[in-house]
Amino acid sequence: MNAATPSLWRGLFLVLLAALALAPVYAQWASEPFIVTFLTRALVFSLAALSLNLILGFAGLVSFGHALYLGLGAYGVGLLAHHGVDNGWIQLLVTILACALVGFVTGWVSLRTSGISFIMITLAFAQMFYYLFVSLKAYGGDDGLSIASRSDFGLLSLGHAATLYYVALACVVGVLIWTSRMVRAPYGMVLQGCRMNETRMRALGYPTRRYKLSAYVLACVLAGVAGLLYANLTGYASPAYLSWTVSGELIVMVVLGGMGTVAGPLIGTLALLGCEEWLKSLTEHWPLILGPLIVLVVLLARRGLLGLLGATGEAEARA
Amino acid sequence: MTLSLFFIQLLNGLQLGVLLFMLSAGLTLVFGIMNFVNLAHGCLYMMGAYFAATAFAASGSFLVAALAAVVGGGALGWIVERVMAQRLYQRDHLDQVLATFGLILFFNELARWVWGASPYYMNIPEALSGAVKVLGVSYPLYRFAIIAVGLLSALACWLLIRHTRVGMLIRAGSVNPDMVSALGVNIQRLNALVFSLGGVLAGVAGLMSGPILSVQPGMGEPVLILVMIVIVIGGIGSVHGAFYAALIVGLIDTAGRAFLPLLLREFIDRSAAQAAGPAIASLLTCVFMAAVLALRPQGLFPVRNA
Repeated sequence: MNAATPSLWRGLFLVLLAALALAPVYAQWASEPFIVTFLTRALVFSLAALSLNLILGFAGLVSFGHALYLGLGAYGVGLLAHHGVDNGWIQLLVTILACALVGFVTGWVSLRTSGISFIMITLAFAQMFYYLFVSLKAYGGDDGLSIASRSDFGLLSLGHAATLYYVALACVVGVLIWTSRMVRAPYGMVLQGCRMNETRMRALGYPTRRYKLSAYVLACVLAGVAGLLYANLTGYASPAYLSWTVSGELIVMVVLGGMGTVAGPLIGTLALLGCEEWLKSLTEHWPLILGPLIVLVVLLARRGLLGLLGATGEAEARA
Repeated sequence: MTLSLFFIQLLNGLQLGVLLFMLSAGLTLVFGIMNFVNLAHGCLYMMGAYFAATAFAASGSFLVAALAAVVGGGALGWIVERVMAQRLYQRDHLDQVLATFGLILFFNELARWVWGASPYYMNIPEALSGAVKVLGVSYPLYRFAIIAVGLLSALACWLLIRHTRVGMLIRAGSVNPDMVSALGVNIQRLNALVFSLGGVLAGVAGLMSGPILSVQPGMGEPVLILVMIVIVIGGIGSVHGAFYAALIVGLIDTAGRAFLPLLLREFIDRSAAQAAGPAIASLLTCVFMAAVLALRPQGLFPVRNA
């Protein structure tokens, strides 16, 4: 691995971020508004994938129900807007509280288990909420809830496409910066220690469950914020956002980019969604190609795209 | 709430329970022996149902349909194991989750491509149509057949695992695969065998549920979630645990669907209660699993580890 050139990768990554920052200008100039819609979706999912990476990549917790919090965020906007509350700050507060509460309760139960059981129980909790929203006939049930008014944050309203895009970009960049600092901070070190050898961390006196639970709740809240943005993008809150396939896709995004790396989820999301768009333009039966592609990536690229490119600084092979 | 309604729901619960058992028996062994998370097991069930429905439509014979489901399910299980799964036994669960997730995308789209997106119906065979009266209650004969097939396959599993040499190796493999392999057993062939056995059982489950459910792309996943719950409750790798847990989950789910709307109707209006019933039934099974995991993380009937 050519780990000797981290500054080159950092440079390339900054170029990518600059390109993302200028994308709406280009879309305006080329009059292709679709680019902004696509990239906003990619950024929202990047935010969700970044939040999943906190627990999946750093703490080694394979949560197969992360879409639950994306859905909760979307319904936070949907339900409040349905009842005439389109103040973004209130929606944000409600989303954060709801995700933190649900994340705390489900996390507290789930973290009593590990391995396969943890995967199953997180999946089961997400399915519970999926069925709950399907059964809410008053709020659209199966069909979902259409959102008439977008979140209004006083100075800026998320109804404007470019505003939404830059808010999403700012969130992603903020989380990227925070993650890159967290990885080197004591908190991040303890989390990564839990992944590598939890028994040892406990022996060192760290209350590992409390650390993992706090990371879990934090990841849930971040995913909820992504859900809030997503509802503003689509103008819709649907049970489909909570479906287990979305949870699966989020895992693919994290692993594809390189889990446990700071920028991996962003790269993985852009790669997966870009690949999906490309395959969709080729054939209507695109999952027929995407499915085996995912299998191949798992079999061949063990540390994701960043690992394949040799961009992961510390090459830690997973056991 | 009359006694006959209660009896019918009991039979329905039993029927769901044995279907869940047929799906979880193979999968729990794959979890237990190979330590492999196979999310694509529901696809084997779906493909089994499609094989059976196609063979039945073409030949008109339920036996041919059964043969197609059994051979097709087993062969598919074997192919999946040889081509992909065996390369992932040494990897962590995350890689297995991802790879089998990719398989699900592939198989669901394959079914949509070959058989179309709309549901594909399979008729109940002549000989098994009609209803029989038991204890003054009329109940479809075909559903009795499902219960019978399910109990027979449980019996066959028990005989195979408890009273044959292969079964002994499977039991040994679920406790300590490395030791079994060190004793000179071809563990690879054993793994492939267990995987295709799971495929056969999933195929039979697909065959039997073909006429009572609509066969459609993605039909495996809602069932898969229940199967996962069964496996976790029963104890990973434990076939007898899967049997009891399948019956428990089948009964809870059916009872929740049938009786909770009646109960809820006392408090909220009728249509809302009707809609909330299935959701609460699914909630009940998940809550039950969460409770089991919280109190007994190893499951209710775990494999006795030396």
